[in-house]
Amino acid sequence: MVYLTRLEHFNAAHKLYNPAWDRERNEAVFGICANENWHGHNYELYVTIKGQVNEDTGFLFDVKKLSTLIKEHVTEKLDHKNLNLDVDFMQGKMCSTENLAKGIWQQLQPRLPAEVQLHCIKLYETPRIYVEYFGE
Amino acid sequence: MPKIAVFRKEHFNAAHRLDNPQWDAARNAAVFGKCNHPNYHGHNYELVVKVTGEPDPATGFVIDLKVLSDLIEEKVLRRFDHKNLNLDTVEFKNLNPTAENIALVIYGLLRPHIGSQYDIKIRLYETERNFVEYPAE
Repeated sequence: MVYLTRLEHFNAAHKLYNPAWDRERNEAVFGICANENWHGHNYELYVTIKGQVNEDTGFLFDVKKLSTLIKEHVTEKLDHKNLNLDVDFMQGKMCSTENLAKGIWQQLQPRLPAEVQLHCIKLYETPRIYVEYFGE
Repeated sequence: MPKIAVFRKEHFNAAHRLDNPQWDAARNAAVFGKCNHPNYHGHNYELVVKVTGEPDPATGFVIDLKVLSDLIEEKVLRRFDHKNLNLDTVEFKNLNPTAENIALVIYGLLRPHIGSQYDIKIRLYETERNFVEYPAE
């Protein structure tokens, strides 16, 4: 078994705000992240896949194809966008880093060939905060 | 005494968009590209403030970095952290919040509060790969 990681990045605006709650409760729970007019981050995304090395190519999976998949189904939807307003796969969800990592998993997992497994989505919201999702 | 430079690193997270209100949407999109996106995007800004001066013989400090840190917190971070630079700040009501302009504004916010015996320089990272410095010399 070999693990292969592709690193991508995107810059986006978001806010943490539960529309079922009033503003006071949102501010109490989410603090400055609830700012009505959004704030933003430079997200760093690590996509790790795993599987066996193909003897003919020496590859687990062509990283160019992986890069194209991530670009088409993830970063083009997220980069320089408002995560709450602009992203189809985040509609109706809280735009936390946790949910974003799960959303990215769901975007990629069904699009990988059968012999390649998605292992981990590691997503940095800031250089000091990141989440990991293993599909469990 | 020889001059020494000391640095304090801080960070803030903010939303913005680049837009010139005197231009139409097509021209803004052509010039600013995806940075013009109407629903904003955002960055983790990294700010480095450089203060150059002679160490005080009594303390050995050029400037007390805790004092500098508190000043940046009060004058810069409270204004910009977790804000929308276009909508939530007076500084960028009529000024495009490019990294260049943000660095100029930060210099202006700090300079009056740091003694004239010091030179200061602002380095601002919009991303790890894009950063600006003011003054340029």
